[in-house]
Amino acid sequence: MNLDQKKVVIFSGIAVGALAVMLTVLGNPPNQGICVACFIRDIAGGLGLHRAEAVQYIRPEVPGFILGSFIISLISGEFRARGGSAPLARFVIGFFVMVGALTFLGCPLRMVLRLAAGDLNAIPAFFGFSLGIYYGLFFIKKGYSLGRSYKIPQGNAYLMPAISVFLLLLVAFSPSFIFFSQKGPGSMKAPFIASLAAGLIVGMLAQRSRLCMQGGIRDIFLLRDFHLFSGFVSIFITALVLNIALGKFHPGFANQPIAHSMHLWNFLGMFLAGFGSALLGGCPLRQCILAGEGDADAAVAFLGMLVGAAFSHNFGLAASANGVGSNGKVAVVLGIALLTIIAAFNVSTDIFQKKGSELSNAQEA
Amino acid sequence: MPRRLDARGLSCPMPVVLTKKALEESPGENLEVLVDNPTARDNVFRLARNLGYNVEIINSGGEFTIKIAR
Repeated sequence: MNLDQKKVVIFSGIAVGALAVMLTVLGNPPNQGICVACFIRDIAGGLGLHRAEAVQYIRPEVPGFILGSFIISLISGEFRARGGSAPLARFVIGFFVMVGALTFLGCPLRMVLRLAAGDLNAIPAFFGFSLGIYYGLFFIKKGYSLGRSYKIPQGNAYLMPAISVFLLLLVAFSPSFIFFSQKGPGSMKAPFIASLAAGLIVGMLAQRSRLCMQGGIRDIFLLRDFHLFSGFVSIFITALVLNIALGKFHPGFANQPIAHSMHLWNFLGMFLAGFGSALLGGCPLRQCILAGEGDADAAVAFLGMLVGAAFSHNFGLAASANGVGSNGKVAVVLGIALLTIIAAFNVSTDIFQKKGSELSNAQEA
Repeated sequence: MPRRLDARGLSCPMPVVLTKKALEESPGENLEVLVDNPTARDNVFRLARNLGYNVEIINSGGEFTIKIAR
């Protein structure tokens, strides 16, 4: 079981890395074959929740992730409605994960893909992300938890897949009230079918392998376990090799596509994203996968990310190739402070000190 | 008389953190961990195996009892 799981993680990483590069060849923005944060931001734009004209397109990849996870978990019997673990806190945390990611201009997955294309601006981001997770673990080790989730009526598990199908129908039929970028990253897209197929495959593999950028680094800090990190590394190596082979590898800091070189803010943006992901128990991709499996709490975190993306562009928080504006800087600092407060409020010493609640002798139980 | 840890409903990494804590508190003692999602099951399994314990998983209707013993 252990060995097989390891193979699944590595294979999934290879497939994700290859599909991501393939999607850029087919038309997705450079170094952005897959970016969960960017794509959720584009979806918010496509729905008109923000009006940044360059980033509006209901990306089929994201509903693909959710539906891929939905389909494979139905087959494997892991599809199960659950919820009730501090949904509002998860919404707020998801919101700020997005604010942080859009300061750097990418989710943790795009961070790896940017590194694999030679974008060295992702190096400070990687350190920020790792340190953010370490900071999150400080609270987790002290007893931070958003509480238990509970089984809820099974019908609830179909809501996120239904919303995903609705999003795909919107793209397919393109009614006049949705938005499509005419220029900028939002106008760069692989064909609908390719995007959807890649999304479905990534969703299925990520569900089976539990692939998670945050989990990979967390497990190293927490358990000295490189299991999930091996997925992270296989994405990097696969994308690196393909980028070199296709002439898409351009090492350096300057003139990287959809990127800026404000190192402090790349660091702090991903610190916030890493911290938030640790508090949620998963990176943005993982939240999509869990939402597809019937986890209503992850679905709420997803909605938090969607709203966070809309606010990021409506309030001028999101970075651009020109860098991070003052609103964005304030939002990142506020976000780190606010998530620190949320983390501290949810440290329950009970879990460790009162054995009666969690830990008991089998005889008593 | 194994000790029992109820980690149902807790999302990762909490089940692993609690299991690790429980094993460190009384190393070598048998422990049963109750979880209700496959990710937690796999993670707790891996943790205990990596720490050199024998692990047995009992599946009962979507809930898993992970028996950890030396």
